[in-house]
Amino acid sequence: MNALKLTAAALVASVAFAGAAAARDQIQIAGSSTVLPYAKIVAETFGETFPDFKTPVVESGGTGAGLKEFCKGVGPDTIDIANASRKIKDSELAECKSAGVTEVQEVKIGYDGIVFATDSGNADLKLEPKDLYLGLAAQVVVDGKIVANPYTKWSEVNKDLPDAEIAAYIPGEKHGTREVFEEKILHAGCKASGAEDVIKAAVSDAKEQARTCVAVRKDGKAVDIDGDYTETLARIAANKNGIGVFGLAFYENNADKLKVATVNGVVPSTETIASGEYPVSRPLFFYVKKAHLGVIPGLKEFVEFFLDDQMVGPESPLAAYGLVAAPDAEREADRKAFTDGTML
Amino acid sequence: MTDMTTSLAGSSPRPAVSRRDIGIKRRYAAERRFRAYGIGAISIGIFFLGLLLWTVVSKGYTAFLQTEIVLPITFSEKVIDPKNERATNPAKLMTANYPLLVRDALVQKLGIDPNNRADVKLATDMVSASARTQLRDVVVANPAIIGQTVPVALLAEGNIDSANKGQIDVTVDEANRKVKDKQLAWMQTLAQDGAMTKSFNTGLFTSGASSRPEAAGIGVAALGSLYMMLIVLALALPIGVSASIYLEEFAPKNKLTDLIEVNINNLAAVPSIVYGLLGLSIFINFAGMPRSAALVGGLVLTLMTLPTIIIATRAALKAVPPSIRAAALGLGASKMQTIFHHVLPLAMPGILTGTIIGLAHALGETAPLLLIGMVAFVVDFPGSPLEPSTALPVQIYMWANEAERAFVERTSGAIIVLLIFLVVMNLGAILLRRRFERRW
Repeated sequence: MNALKLTAAALVASVAFAGAAAARDQIQIAGSSTVLPYAKIVAETFGETFPDFKTPVVESGGTGAGLKEFCKGVGPDTIDIANASRKIKDSELAECKSAGVTEVQEVKIGYDGIVFATDSGNADLKLEPKDLYLGLAAQVVVDGKIVANPYTKWSEVNKDLPDAEIAAYIPGEKHGTREVFEEKILHAGCKASGAEDVIKAAVSDAKEQARTCVAVRKDGKAVDIDGDYTETLARIAANKNGIGVFGLAFYENNADKLKVATVNGVVPSTETIASGEYPVSRPLFFYVKKAHLGVIPGLKEFVEFFLDDQMVGPESPLAAYGLVAAPDAEREADRKAFTDGTML
Repeated sequence: MTDMTTSLAGSSPRPAVSRRDIGIKRRYAAERRFRAYGIGAISIGIFFLGLLLWTVVSKGYTAFLQTEIVLPITFSEKVIDPKNERATNPAKLMTANYPLLVRDALVQKLGIDPNNRADVKLATDMVSASARTQLRDVVVANPAIIGQTVPVALLAEGNIDSANKGQIDVTVDEANRKVKDKQLAWMQTLAQDGAMTKSFNTGLFTSGASSRPEAAGIGVAALGSLYMMLIVLALALPIGVSASIYLEEFAPKNKLTDLIEVNINNLAAVPSIVYGLLGLSIFINFAGMPRSAALVGGLVLTLMTLPTIIIATRAALKAVPPSIRAAALGLGASKMQTIFHHVLPLAMPGILTGTIIGLAHALGETAPLLLIGMVAFVVDFPGSPLEPSTALPVQIYMWANEAERAFVERTSGAIIVLLIFLVVMNLGAILLRRRFERRW
């Protein structure tokens, strides 16, 4: 009997609690795990600087999952900000609009460099998109014919590369980083090696052409990493010949264990990425619900604080962690766009 | 067996050759082999358990110590409150430039030229950015301290902490490591002065999440886990026990109850992420409960734990001999009195053991929490189960993905804490069973 009473009381209590939670006084953020460390730093500093507001809650889970939550609707039971390591897709925006999230503001926070690194005991590595394409693509062009990738050693791809088995740990398809890798490395390499022309001649469908260019070999030489960079680091520690793909910030925090490769002869650093010399980088964004500005306490202040030079400038904690600050004029324009309320 | 063979050998003096071969050697050998397999299986298990504990403890014990830098901080009025407006505007104390106090103290202590900006930056980088809140809390708690010089133990920055614990390889080229040669030299100076000390890391237990490893703790996660365990206990135990009593004692045995039984057994084996999906669609999307809240997490874990509790309770009820029921009924007790006065008390140790094991299982669960938004960075302590919080295993998962070196030991440290919780719960289950279990 007691047990039954307890159960009933607990159920009633939980429903009552749920009703009381309608008003929210804490910013909720979800999305990209690449943006997560930056969002965490800003959220924590925001909580310390503005004692009147609670520290925002930042969920991890990936760009796609974050935007899905973001586009569920407007109201205190939906999240306020979605972090994204790529631009929002048209299909996602359409989904947002159909759910009533018509006013979405895009905020760019800076750039993230994508670097290739091996174990620190290896010799210096000089990579080019062409080499990576030939080493990792599913199909390459040999003597004018499209064939399954025959290369097993880097030295077969380019005689200047080490005589080691091809083993690469690349971000899995759920990562936003994969898209950048495909576009800036595989596609560029496809073009540079001349394979694109052959593929264009052989395949008629434009979509299929692009897909053939960026398809990664599935014979175990290129391994998709669906976890985090810590997993890639562990794989490289186990296979000293392996080449891993990392974010610049992660590499800089583990520079004693890794040796970074140059791409097109450029060493990745915040400077070379900001200047555009280093070819593999991408902008990082977050998306804000305009309808929540002024409703969720502190949201407007949080976004303004995020965009302030003391957070995203070249001398900021985010830059110290590895974010590549956008050029001065671009930051100014981003701030203006937010204050003006420019929407997508 | 042995007796029989010896007596046989004793009573008949016939030569051994003519004895009927009953395969005694073969059977003994088979038994020895079987025992060896068993010991082998257990040793493999113990070996891996030992390996796990050894890696976790050897990596993690350092997390319970934290490097602190004791600096004589001059709480200069010029810096904190230059216009003397704290009486009228208390917020002034909240927003003062506290890092400047740290910088001044460091410059003085280490004898750095204050105009050498690069050196000053290197030096201030040695102290955690949390020093701002640390000093602010000191001043807000006791404004009278302004104008005095007091030694304050400030947290050392995560990389300095790692270097002090010998976790950073200082033989690597300076450009490739986070702690520079100058900082190492200063660390030595501070250590010789007794200004750099290692003390027990209370922050690990009392702080919430932080992007700075030195200031990060499992406090919020532990509180979130506690809320969820209380909710699971308050909901799953009564629901589970009443369901099993009904199914075991009252329900007619027919196809429907068979179907229910099969379903309960199936539910116990459903992957936990499925419960997360269910929680997301029912509790958050349909019932409108808040995201990331321990309440939703507790409800999801309740659903997950229910089948375990029901199965354990039914087994415990079945184990009570029918003679107890027959005797109670024979003395005129009603069915309900029989169950609540006699059967249930006797089954209680089994029920509680099942519940504790179910709770321990729920405590270690992360997958269902991912979908309901509890895999999150939460700094503020949740005042109620409705406010965002996270859970212990989630905190471990999030720290394992951090890039900073100092999070490695903290991950293992948090694992040690979680393991201690689990061991205590399971020990409790064993003790309960030992103390109250009755055998017939």
